[in-house]
Amino acid sequence: MLGKLSWSVIPVDQPMVMIASGLMILAILAMMIGITVKGLWRYLWREWLTSVDHKRIGVMYCALAMVMLLRGVTDAIMMRAQQALAAGSAQGYLPPEHFDQLFSAHGTIMIFFVAMPFVVGLMNFVLPLQLGIRDVAFPTLNSVSFWLTASGALLVNLSLVIGNFARTGWLAYPPLAELRFSPDVGVDYYLWALQISGIGTLLGGINLMTTILKMRAPGMGYMRMPMFCWTALASNLLIVAAFPVLTATFAMLLLDRYLGFHFFTVDGGGNMMMYVNLIWVWGHPEVYILILPVFGVFSEVAATFSGKPLFGYRSMVGATMAICILSFIVWLHHFFTMGAGGDVNGFFGIMTMIIAVPTGVKVFNWMFTFYGGRLRLSVPILWTAGFMVTFVLGGATGVMLAIPPIDFIVHDTVFLVAHFHNVIIAGVIFGVFAGYTYWFPKAFGFTLDEGWGRAAFWCWLIGFYLAFMPLYWLGLAGMPRRLQHYQTVAWQPWLELAALGALIVVAGIACLLIQLMVSIRTRASRLDTTGDPWNGRTLEWASPSPPPAWNFSELPVVDGEDAFWRMKQMAREGHAGPAQAVAYRSIEMPKNSPTGIVTAFFAVLTGFALIWHIWWMAGLGLLGALVTMLAFAWRDMTESEIPGDVIAQYYQTHPSEPKG
Amino acid sequence: MTTIAAIAPGRHGLPPDKRIVVGYGFWTFLLSDMVMFSALFATYAVLTRATAGGPGGAQLFHLTPVAIETGCLLLSSFTCGLMTLAVNGGNRTGTWLGGAVTFALGAAFLAMEIREFAAMLTLGATPQRSAFLSGFFTLVGCHGTHVGIGLLWLAVMMAQVAGKGFRPSVQRRLLCFSLFWHALDIIWVALFSIVYLMGSIDG
Repeated sequence: MLGKLSWSVIPVDQPMVMIASGLMILAILAMMIGITVKGLWRYLWREWLTSVDHKRIGVMYCALAMVMLLRGVTDAIMMRAQQALAAGSAQGYLPPEHFDQLFSAHGTIMIFFVAMPFVVGLMNFVLPLQLGIRDVAFPTLNSVSFWLTASGALLVNLSLVIGNFARTGWLAYPPLAELRFSPDVGVDYYLWALQISGIGTLLGGINLMTTILKMRAPGMGYMRMPMFCWTALASNLLIVAAFPVLTATFAMLLLDRYLGFHFFTVDGGGNMMMYVNLIWVWGHPEVYILILPVFGVFSEVAATFSGKPLFGYRSMVGATMAICILSFIVWLHHFFTMGAGGDVNGFFGIMTMIIAVPTGVKVFNWMFTFYGGRLRLSVPILWTAGFMVTFVLGGATGVMLAIPPIDFIVHDTVFLVAHFHNVIIAGVIFGVFAGYTYWFPKAFGFTLDEGWGRAAFWCWLIGFYLAFMPLYWLGLAGMPRRLQHYQTVAWQPWLELAALGALIVVAGIACLLIQLMVSIRTRASRLDTTGDPWNGRTLEWASPSPPPAWNFSELPVVDGEDAFWRMKQMAREGHAGPAQAVAYRSIEMPKNSPTGIVTAFFAVLTGFALIWHIWWMAGLGLLGALVTMLAFAWRDMTESEIPGDVIAQYYQTHPSEPKG
Repeated sequence: MTTIAAIAPGRHGLPPDKRIVVGYGFWTFLLSDMVMFSALFATYAVLTRATAGGPGGAQLFHLTPVAIETGCLLLSSFTCGLMTLAVNGGNRTGTWLGGAVTFALGAAFLAMEIREFAAMLTLGATPQRSAFLSGFFTLVGCHGTHVGIGLLWLAVMMAQVAGKGFRPSVQRRLLCFSLFWHALDIIWVALFSIVYLMGSIDG
């Protein structure tokens, strides 16, 4: 009846897991009670959970990422503490099977449920505003995408309480991930959670790509798009081209595990290196899916806070698209040791090094954007400067790893761990925090506290260097990655230093949380009444903060790069048309829809049932999803009209948009 | 302002045409679907000779029924095109007729494929037998599943034409359906060539 599910799958014998789960359940309960007491369910359902507004969905994506960041960082701290302790005869406090789950969950969560949702959330929120339009191409599909991502996150968290998580590393290589060597539900949790959220990401990619290519404001040709739109376009092209490979790869591993197929098994003619190739055909573009949009964030921040246009806009566009294409022909550098031979390794090594060229173009462009500008050293620019210095270091070690002979030596050591944290933390994470600080006033109508923002930045920067520089050294000294215990006591001081660095990063996260609370409490003193708190250049700043549901009462007409800056300049020079009473036209907006959250419910049900082999429940979940889809297809009214006088009323109390 | 209108994706001040946006988005989805198939094709190509002592393509494939299958699917693509013409002309009877013939041909294709699979299974050539057979059943079966979903979709669309008439949203969905159906044809052409034709060559 309940498949493999029984009371014994709840790990009551592991106090640490039980305490963590207990705290998580208590936090959820407290939140639900809070919402009930304040009577906010109705508001939450109508304004957020069923919203198809791209701004709301973007905010929910970022909130999901923040919550999952806490989970991923907890895993990191536990691993650092274990490695700081477990040298020589000491065994530390984590048994191997728990440690293995921690590093698998840490990687999976940080990439799929922190970095991805944060980046996708920023794109969701910003793109339509920057493009001067009212919503994405398919608003309801957008909500479905978000909720599928959230479903995956929920399944990963469920694995903490019910059953266990994969012990295979974040990419679940076979044959270890095959049924013979991982017979329990850990890998199934991993596969179904990522399969569900991956479909959400793919649908989101299609949506945003269509939005950028087909829905820009009148006059906004490709070479007039803000840089963030270009990098988002590249990122979504990569999502559309890479995520289907992930779906196919996981589907094959699932067939191996559930139906006894022989794709990647050690017997029956299976070929495990095929999995490794396929997963990296997705995996390498994935790192650019994450990094390219934050390159866009840094470009926007650099131009805005320097008070001048982005240096080398055209070369930036070229570099972005070059990286987009090159990212597909470098995947083999993740396994030079496969034995493909010198020629193949040489080709992929050189292709990898070539990526450093367009990346270098970008770094020089940002530096020249700063040069000669009136740089305001605000929090977003701190993240940007910290990124520029630190990311170049990560890029340099990346080029080192691209040289096959060096890779053979440091392959699978903590040198690699240091390298990818170097580019992901100093690149993606610094970038999303820059974007978070930069666009927060647009989303909520008030700026974030500067002091706590600075403190957060310095904690992250110093913490990062302390945590990962020792790992570069240890990697060169030959320390393998993913060690639960090691005999070489000489490594211990370096690992203690790394643990200290991780603690400082945690202090940085605490600063971010305090910043949020302080900013909400003192928002009255930092309200953004103009809609343009940073003297911005692009169209998102033309709308009030927070923007109304319709973003723009009239789609702005664009006649060059930095559209909003030109509008402001025209107004300053007195070229703006004579002030006249504007007649507001009524606007059609998509109606809210529970389709997304209902689909997510059935997705979680189906995923959970498949993980535990509860076949009837899986059938029920799929049927439910099908019925939801049919019901959605049968609806009559998809849009509602906001009458002109409601819009006119709104602009009596809010700044109206300047006209181009 | 003519230059601006020329570059602008939408008409001046108005949101772009929904038919174009929906068609474009669905086309992008189809591209992503083809990428998924290409991963399955690549895996199949790598595993073709990994028969683990079991039967290979030359022993298992019978080209005559597969050729008839191919004929059915290609013909259904033609009738699907006729249906699209009828939809554009607002011709209800033509739409019904085109839809019914397309459905029948698609169902015939699927029935023949299921028969082929069943015959192989009774011979002991199951996907669990070897990596080659895992690859074969997954690649061909994935296409078959797509055809099955397409049939379900077509049935729903016929019900929508009956219940809602040729309103714009129904027309857009029929456009997407025909894109989907033609894409399945393209994939089948690759499948027929690489799996069946090349697989039948002994050696």
